[in-house]
Amino acid sequence: MPTILSIQDLTKTYEGGYEALRGVNLDINEGEILALLGPNGAGKTTLISIICGISNPSTGTISVGGHDSLTDYRAARSLIGLVPQEVALEPFETVLSTVQFSRGLFGKPRDPAAIEAILRQLSLWDKKDARIRTLSGGMKRRVLIAKALSHDPRILFLDEPTAGVDVELRKDMWEIVETLRQAGVTIILTTHYIEEAEAIADRIGVINKGEILLVEDKVTLMRRMGQKRLDIDLSTPVDAVPDALSRYPLEVNESGGLTYHYDTNADRTGITQLLADLSAAGLHMSDLHTSQSSLEDIFVDLVADTPADTSKEDAA
Amino acid sequence: MNWHAITAIYRFEMARTFRTLAQSIVSPVLSTSLYFIVFGAAIGSRIDQVDGVSYGAFIVPGLIMLTVITQSITNASFGIYFPKFIGSVYELLSAPVNFLEIVIGYVGAAATKAFMIGLIILATSFFFVDISILHPVWMMAFLVLTCVSFALMGFIIGIWAGNFEQLQLVPLLVITPLVFLGGSFYSISMLPPFWQNVTLFNPVVYLVSGFRWSFFGTADVAVGWSLLAIGGFTIACLAAIAWIFRTGYKIRS
Repeated sequence: MPTILSIQDLTKTYEGGYEALRGVNLDINEGEILALLGPNGAGKTTLISIICGISNPSTGTISVGGHDSLTDYRAARSLIGLVPQEVALEPFETVLSTVQFSRGLFGKPRDPAAIEAILRQLSLWDKKDARIRTLSGGMKRRVLIAKALSHDPRILFLDEPTAGVDVELRKDMWEIVETLRQAGVTIILTTHYIEEAEAIADRIGVINKGEILLVEDKVTLMRRMGQKRLDIDLSTPVDAVPDALSRYPLEVNESGGLTYHYDTNADRTGITQLLADLSAAGLHMSDLHTSQSSLEDIFVDLVADTPADTSKEDAA
Repeated sequence: MNWHAITAIYRFEMARTFRTLAQSIVSPVLSTSLYFIVFGAAIGSRIDQVDGVSYGAFIVPGLIMLTVITQSITNASFGIYFPKFIGSVYELLSAPVNFLEIVIGYVGAAATKAFMIGLIILATSFFFVDISILHPVWMMAFLVLTCVSFALMGFIIGIWAGNFEQLQLVPLLVITPLVFLGGSFYSISMLPPFWQNVTLFNPVVYLVSGFRWSFFGTADVAVGWSLLAIGGFTIACLAAIAWIFRTGYKIRS
């Protein structure tokens, strides 16, 4: 897939010396959905603000569809739609007028049919004449999306689209994102929610303290996540894997117990047979633990600047 | 030029005007009518002619200026301050528009509204006093220039203001005194010589004087100076706005 957005060596230092971004490099492919995960203050919103032209970068370049975001800002910005984190709408305007305004602002001629299609897609058509202040929080978020889509952008930024919204609306948002993806829109979303990234993203980027720590295909990440480890504590510790169990990929662990790696996504984990054979071999278990490295762990570990570890959970 | 953007901003702002028609138009007309009644009819009837013009007619250009200047500043400052206040300014900053387009949209709408109010007040004044306009084209030109230049100033105030108090501060503390002391209700020739000279530092004097000249053919200062002053003021405001957008002052970090 061709690159539609290319960020090179982007830094942002605020007056007073605070470094919000420290050399961000990121290429985004056309048509993909990238989720940017990061804690509060990681630089997610700053990054988006700079790409969209709301803030100026300190150094570095951004190319949007081949157009430099500073020298060729008209062409660059025309390709981008932004759904901000905060619901910032003129309270006394109607839904229709505010969406029409957005389209005009981005240099597109009036097109009632296009606006109607967007409003219908977002279930806003019935509310087109309603004043913004009369809408529910969820509806206001939809209006923000409608505004961002009003000029047919090729790239859509969603800055924490589901922060503070209920489960139902979150599912709706995901569906909207999926529909947009099918229409070929490239989507970059920031989120705190790991499951959100898992549910809708193609690639996942982790950002912390102004640096991109990882950008990886979601499937690859999931594979890493899918690996589980079973630790079997034995009443009598062993030095080596008993011959009777040699057909299993077992290792002897520090406490003289056995460790078994398996794939939770596989059809069969082999645990039942292993435990039966263990018993048949005359080994007595004193305890069992399973542990899994989840995306959340990967995320937390990366953010904490410590090597990847595994979380523990007790097995039944 | 992104004409669609200019049109979008202009329409959006004008829609605000028409949505709040009562407060936008009725209240300035009402307050000006009160000025006519109090100063023109009640007090004015006991004042002799000024420069050969009845006092009631004499204050018409000043009253129009007073309202138009206040309106231009208020409209334009609110127009840009409100999106800043509620956060919707993000859209303006992320749109493919340059500063001139933003300014034409916002300032154009604010000036249009002030201009309309100016004309309405002029029409209202016909009910109270006998008035004729000697140079109607120049009258319109002065009116338009005043609307535009003070809307530009209002735009700057709107960007500068950090809260609603500050938004009110400049019009209240600076503009109102300048307008009241700028010869709206008197000819500066009525002042003692010292104050006449002091008053020449007040830019509003040039506006009111030029505007009054277009009505009655008499002026406190030469018309050329009036034009120069208003032209210079407009250019200064434009330069300040260009600087604001180049540096991102208060709007783009």
